[in-house]
Amino acid sequence: MRDFILKRAASLILPFIFVYGIYVILHGAVSPGGSFAGGIIVGLSFIAFSTIYGIEQGRAKLPEKVLVWTESYGTLWYGLMGLVGLVRGVPFLANKLAGVDLGTPGTLSSGGLIPLIGLGVGIRVASTIVTLFFTIMEEER
Amino acid sequence: MPYTALDYWNMVLMLILVVTALAMYFIKDLLHAVIVFGAYSLMMALIWLQMNSPDLAITEAAAGIGMTVLMMAVIFRTSRKGE
Repeated sequence: MRDFILKRAASLILPFIFVYGIYVILHGAVSPGGSFAGGIIVGLSFIAFSTIYGIEQGRAKLPEKVLVWTESYGTLWYGLMGLVGLVRGVPFLANKLAGVDLGTPGTLSSGGLIPLIGLGVGIRVASTIVTLFFTIMEEER
Repeated sequence: MPYTALDYWNMVLMLILVVTALAMYFIKDLLHAVIVFGAYSLMMALIWLQMNSPDLAITEAAAGIGMTVLMMAVIFRTSRKGE
């Protein structure tokens, strides 16, 4: 029952931090920010959660298996998106050359493959930070 | 050429940046130094914003203020146990 006010405030604020991180990741092509900054914000929301609610609760939210899975497949997703260009017969990671419809400039869908690539990078950055944090915290004992 | 209000704002930011950077060197308590590093990072983020690069400002705010301070504080807690 320690830090009641802290826990109440965190339960109100942390979901918005998480959603803001997703927003920064997906709008990386059209607005300031990007997948790295957004991934750090997403990871920070989990780190703050496990700092405030205790490391066991954080572990229950993100088990070791999920972290390993996202960390590996986030990188693989990046490579998979790069292969789209190769399949269409143009260079690796090609976007407009590969025939992706870019839509009207300035809107969210004008990035082509970039938001999808950014999603992989963001998930990978977030899970790497959370893994680092858990490793350091559990070495304490 | 007379200074505008923006120039004075930049001067204040740079001054606090230098003061916090020096303070980190002179402060003996490690946890206090880490907290001052958060202030340093905030000033740096505002300066990036003044230099018309909001992208770097967001990264500095997230990585400098959030991640580095939290990680350093956690590492500080672990290293203190051994003493």
